[in-house]
Amino acid sequence: MTRASYVAAIDQGTTSTRCILFDHAGRLVSVAQREHRQFFPRPGWVEHDAVEIWRNVERVVPQAVAQARAEPDQIAAIGIANQRETSVLWERRTGRPVRNAITWQDTRTAAIVDQLSAEGGPDRFRHRSGLPLMTYFSGARIRWMLDRDPVLREQAERGEVLFGTMETWLIWNLTGGPEGGLHITDVTNASRTMLMDIHRLTWDDELLEAFTVPRGMLPQIRSNVEVFGTATSVLPGVPIGAALGDQQAALFGQTCFSAGEAKCTYGTGAFLLLNTGADPVHSSHGLVSTVGYKVGAEDPVYALEGSIAVTGSLVQWLRDRLGIISSAPEIETLAREVDDNGGCYIVPAFSGLFAPHWHSEARGLIIGLTSYITKAHLARAILEATAWQTREVVDAMNADSGLALKGLKVDGGMTSDHLLMQTIADVLDVPVERPMVSETVSLGAAYAAGLAVGFWPELKGLRRHWHRAARWLPEMEPARREREYGNWRRAVERTYDWLQHDEDGPGT
Amino acid sequence: MPGTVQSIERAAAVLRLLAHSPRPLGVVEIANALSLPKGTAHGIIRTLHNVGFVAQDQRSGRYRLGRDLLQLHDPPLDHNELRARALNWTDTLASRTGEAVRIGVLTAPLEVTIVHHVFRPDDSVQVMEVGKVLPAHACALGKAVLAYHPDSSTVLREATLEEFTARTVTSGRSLLGQLSTVRERGWASDVEELTSGEAGIAVPIRDHGGTVVASVGITGSPQTVCDGGRNPRPRLAARVLEISRAITGELAIRRE
Repeated sequence: MTRASYVAAIDQGTTSTRCILFDHAGRLVSVAQREHRQFFPRPGWVEHDAVEIWRNVERVVPQAVAQARAEPDQIAAIGIANQRETSVLWERRTGRPVRNAITWQDTRTAAIVDQLSAEGGPDRFRHRSGLPLMTYFSGARIRWMLDRDPVLREQAERGEVLFGTMETWLIWNLTGGPEGGLHITDVTNASRTMLMDIHRLTWDDELLEAFTVPRGMLPQIRSNVEVFGTATSVLPGVPIGAALGDQQAALFGQTCFSAGEAKCTYGTGAFLLLNTGADPVHSSHGLVSTVGYKVGAEDPVYALEGSIAVTGSLVQWLRDRLGIISSAPEIETLAREVDDNGGCYIVPAFSGLFAPHWHSEARGLIIGLTSYITKAHLARAILEATAWQTREVVDAMNADSGLALKGLKVDGGMTSDHLLMQTIADVLDVPVERPMVSETVSLGAAYAAGLAVGFWPELKGLRRHWHRAARWLPEMEPARREREYGNWRRAVERTYDWLQHDEDGPGT
Repeated sequence: MPGTVQSIERAAAVLRLLAHSPRPLGVVEIANALSLPKGTAHGIIRTLHNVGFVAQDQRSGRYRLGRDLLQLHDPPLDHNELRARALNWTDTLASRTGEAVRIGVLTAPLEVTIVHHVFRPDDSVQVMEVGKVLPAHACALGKAVLAYHPDSSTVLREATLEEFTARTVTSGRSLLGQLSTVRERGWASDVEELTSGEAGIAVPIRDHGGTVVASVGITGSPQTVCDGGRNPRPRLAARVLEISRAITGELAIRRE
């Protein structure tokens, strides 16, 4: 390993797969990216082709290595961060997925979730799993797939069909696939299945029974920072040193290593995570308890999470489905054509509402429409929707922790939008800061993998790499902030109780 | 008056032919239609293909007009998109040089507007400068775009420019001289020409067609940006050049 100069991070995200190489100072050296297709076979259904995603990994990793003019033996380790809760089943013998992966935004499991809630309330598994019953988490997806096909269920019981979230799928393929591929997951991804005991970090029999998931199809749960094995393809011979859910990776990349430190990542959705230290904190305000990270054999670090399903994807909707802008960043140009939202509010409850409301049956709305409203007002309302959703989650976090957030560390692609960052500072009434590397998901995966192989000696030293790249200060008048927040809350209430129970009908 | 260039006339004829054809055409068809030797026609088509004015049909191998030709009239690059595309690379530049990084675009004949700003990575209190307008003649960011702007010689030839410090270049003619140096070495600089205690190095950013659309540069104190003789350090200029190439590459990907 004397030649090792870089760590390669694979960020398998909701819309694209990226490979980024980082150097010893935690600086981005090269980046290669490829988008994959989104399938929307029915309203509320969102799927990915897991084979396409694996092919993209096979392409972007060598591209990033070539771009850095590096040789594979200069890569000290591979770290993986991935979109969480997206679930795929595949045949152990052939490596073929049995169907498209069902993504975290998909709401087809509503009937299963409703039934389980009806039997014991939406919080019946909260103490064990840390999570409320929602379509968001993976467990019900496995049940949905197995319920539809008795043969598949038998194969799963015999361990012939395997389950994985995306890190499991990638590690299995990186380490040989049908020829001896490792079938493992990590504590952060496992904590989002609703099948894991969040205290013991093991699969839980009661939860497996509730979701009728056979144990034999589940991967082994490992820590986030350890050498799982060595890649046999893509970068043969390079150790795989880390796997984390993307949001936990961002927490790691922002070096939020102490209790009380928080970050918010703006991507397809937005996710605010607060490090709560050695114990899981059970929220009474609609947040989720989750594993933050676990370094090797050390004790786990827990986090409180405020999950917002739709932020960047609302901008993509404006681009791809309405065709009002031709690239995502143009939304800022359009929004700046007007000074305010003109009285228009958009609540993007496309997959129901996540934190802190957790209304699966809610659906999106645009309200306040008058002849006065232009597409520029819509653009503003879209950016404001991200800001107000952040405010709701911050309020919940303040209520749970009893402390008031003094500033927000942000990252992710949407941080390049200055109007959005200013609006977030305005509605939160605290400074908003972006670090020097806004690709903190990848950076976190790289840090974790680098720690596993000794590329970086210890956790605390990584803090020295954190530098402020930008800062936005609140400018909004308090009276206006309160008035707008009131309007937003009234708009949110109007999204509730929209969906009727009719699982596979066209209106679901 | 110089004579006409035959190959450009022939290229124009190829484009007209493709524009009027209801279906993609092969090399032989194009050569025959214009009475050109096949090799000549092929050379012209390959060149037009390289610049994006002609596209090749993947299945048949035949040619039609390219998207770039159809988009010649499109609006210029969106500033917010430019920032989004550049974000990763400007962060890397700031952490490699230890200086603040900014991207500027020419928004009036002699005004450059800051569209992106990365703080100096020392965690000191700094103010976001996005949206700020700078006099183009007095800063590296401005000079890096003026050097490649078709209107610069007209605008600057007789101009008297505002003075900000004793070192500001106030004669348009002298500035034109500096701009030709910028074109020769590929980067621009200013040492306390706009603000005393501040020096900068900047490099143009080109779009996929080679047009300069913006500039990227570092700013810092003359002690760190310059050597002992108050000349900007070529080592830093090389870093900025490297990043501008990465951003230019990023803008090219946008076209795919």
